Amino acid sequence: MKKLIASGAITVNSPQKSSDRKWTFMEKLFLGLTLPQYIGQALRNPFNWIIAIIFAVGIPIILGRFIFGLSWVTHSSNDYPWGLFLAFGLFGMVPLSSSGFLLGTACEVFGRHDLEPIERLGLLNGLLGYFFAVVFLLIDLGQPWRLPFPMVVSFGPAAVLFLVAWHVSTYLSVQIAEVSVSFFEWIGFPIGVRAIRKITLGLTVSGIILSTLHQGALGALFTYAPGKVHPLWYSSSFQWIHFFVSSIPGGLCMVITVSTIASKTMSWRFDQRFKDSLDRVTVSLAKGASMGLATYLTIKLMSIAHDNKWAYLTTGYGQWYLVEIMIGVIIPMTLFAYAIHHKKLPIIRFSALLVVLGIFLNRLNTALITFNWKLSEREIPHWREVAICVTVYTIYIVVYRFILYRLPIFYQWKTQEQYALAYAAKPETTILKDTEPALVFASKTEAKAFRNAETITS
Amino acid sequence: MKRRDFLKGCLIGGAAASLGAPSKSWAVGSFEGYPDAMGVLVDTTRCIGCRSCEAACNKEQKLPEPDVPFDDTSVFEEKRRTTEKAYTVVNRYETNDGQKPPYRKMQCNHCNEPGCLTSCFVNAYTKTKEGAVIYNGNVCVGCKTCMVACPFNIPAYSYSSAFDPLIKKCIFCYHTRLKFGKPPACVEICPQEALTFGLRSDLIKMGHERIRETPDRYIDHIYGEKEMGGTSWLYLSRVPDDQIGLDTTLGNEPVISNVKDFLGMVPMVLTIWPALFSGIHLLATRNKDHGDEHHNHSEQEDGKK
Repeated sequence: MKKLIASGAITVNSPQKSSDRKWTFMEKLFLGLTLPQYIGQALRNPFNWIIAIIFAVGIPIILGRFIFGLSWVTHSSNDYPWGLFLAFGLFGMVPLSSSGFLLGTACEVFGRHDLEPIERLGLLNGLLGYFFAVVFLLIDLGQPWRLPFPMVVSFGPAAVLFLVAWHVSTYLSVQIAEVSVSFFEWIGFPIGVRAIRKITLGLTVSGIILSTLHQGALGALFTYAPGKVHPLWYSSSFQWIHFFVSSIPGGLCMVITVSTIASKTMSWRFDQRFKDSLDRVTVSLAKGASMGLATYLTIKLMSIAHDNKWAYLTTGYGQWYLVEIMIGVIIPMTLFAYAIHHKKLPIIRFSALLVVLGIFLNRLNTALITFNWKLSEREIPHWREVAICVTVYTIYIVVYRFILYRLPIFYQWKTQEQYALAYAAKPETTILKDTEPALVFASKTEAKAFRNAETITS
Repeated sequence: MKRRDFLKGCLIGGAAASLGAPSKSWAVGSFEGYPDAMGVLVDTTRCIGCRSCEAACNKEQKLPEPDVPFDDTSVFEEKRRTTEKAYTVVNRYETNDGQKPPYRKMQCNHCNEPGCLTSCFVNAYTKTKEGAVIYNGNVCVGCKTCMVACPFNIPAYSYSSAFDPLIKKCIFCYHTRLKFGKPPACVEICPQEALTFGLRSDLIKMGHERIRETPDRYIDHIYGEKEMGGTSWLYLSRVPDDQIGLDTTLGNEPVISNVKDFLGMVPMVLTIWPALFSGIHLLATRNKDHGDEHHNHSEQEDGKK
């Protein structure tokens, strides 16, 4: 892509292709490239070939799950009803998707307009995370076609899962509304943009409520199994707080991680505002994440003290618990403290990745690894189960990339008037801006990464 | 502009709150079970491991042919659990007191406040007034939370079925027998009278009576009288309960007690959060113009006003 831009291709960032012609929908879809150019750049990208291989193996397995049943793909059993799909997919994905409500709250409710450049990435990350968590759920459910039942057919209002179902579905619609602003801008539907802007505050506040409740509710689901979840990962009074609070650093760090990957692979899509503010915003997010981590660590310790579970720490499970806390909380907290103070961005980005992994580890531990700790046999996931997880995550990455390439997430959509102004004043500016090599992310490896990106062409 | 937006925000927040309103927990008191609930007293000291209850259950519930015939005692080599093909299983337990090894029949215990029931988000489970915990497969989505929530690891799932997988568990022969006041098939067939069917309250008295009359034969405890809020199936044992595979660490609180903390918090969040965050928003943007608007649109909005 970068090579193409260097050779004069224009990226779509406003409704007008030139002063007298608008982009057609197909042109927008192909990123403003011609069809041969578009296919050419897609084929040149080795990552796309990896994706193709994963799909070739994974998609038949996903279809097989619906033809041959769950036992064909999972080792989920009567003792381990929740396998990798839920532990890794649903419980891991949802806390990393809290970014939508976090950045929405920071920008719209707390008035932190300095975070605005990354707000849309946060919202999109939230929407996609939830959407794919639901995809994982659909794969795991015995009868996925009955998913709407708790809404329309039969109500079990005393169940925590009832809350989760209602809140996740309501929140998904809220998030679709929030992200639709970018979509309306892109397809050119200003009435929609204005309509959503008007209800932004309402959407954001309902987002906070729904997120608090269902992030917590996912934790509360485990309070149904007091004898099965290992005591170190279980707390009747604090379980929902653990899940909710850990989702805060989780969501923020996920945004840092995604923006880092994007800056390595698709900086051509960034506009000047995003390039200029990325480092500053990353530091702000890291500060937020550190506070979240500190809170999380405190209540983790409190819950152990509350039920007096210190003795478990000396067991094998206890050491595993300490490993999880070190990787996911203490090491990143220390690194954050150092890196924020010295403005060392690579370290911030690395610790953000640690936090993301730490959240995954925590959810896996709670739902699968230490689950049924009193039983002798442990569940080892089936290879097809792993293949399906990898495939669904790949679909997630493909959809994520597809949207980031097109919608105004990393760049601001220019309205017709703005475009005309810029075009009249300095016809070359907009094009020049985007062709500037993205060397803003001052790290030593950047030049090399940039060269790589060039050869990868997206 | 600002006030209108605020009011709108409140309205939407309110709408969201009302969406969540039905999810408020039913107040869960300490439910002691229906007064006319039936139960079964399992006297494990009488059980000889003949497995005829397993056979009777298989026939009554029209379950598939077993892998091993019901007169084969080799199954006692390992500990079995209930599956989609067997709603009840008998296990043999080794004790080191030199006496004959005890057997224990295992099936759904039909709790007074069942974990499966309270965890089900489509209300597929019902605790009938006769004491049975029955299951409605027509609404089951297959989330398998009930299997997670069951402290006794009873519900099984037909994982092998692609198009109609369901929860499989003992239903106390509700539809064919209990409803008409008849004892379940396993009780009727038991040659040793190890299983006694009756009103749960009577069975508890009977159990204590047996313990009082022959204290050498039993430990002084009826498992299920109080465990997990009480169960319809009760066990008498010669050896401590944990030696015959009964989990003695469960406590006397029903599953739902652990979840109450969270459920009680839900209405608080629904009612307090909108006001709290709208308030914070007003404070945070007090000294700024149109704090809730995006930078690039504030001029337009100003123009309109």
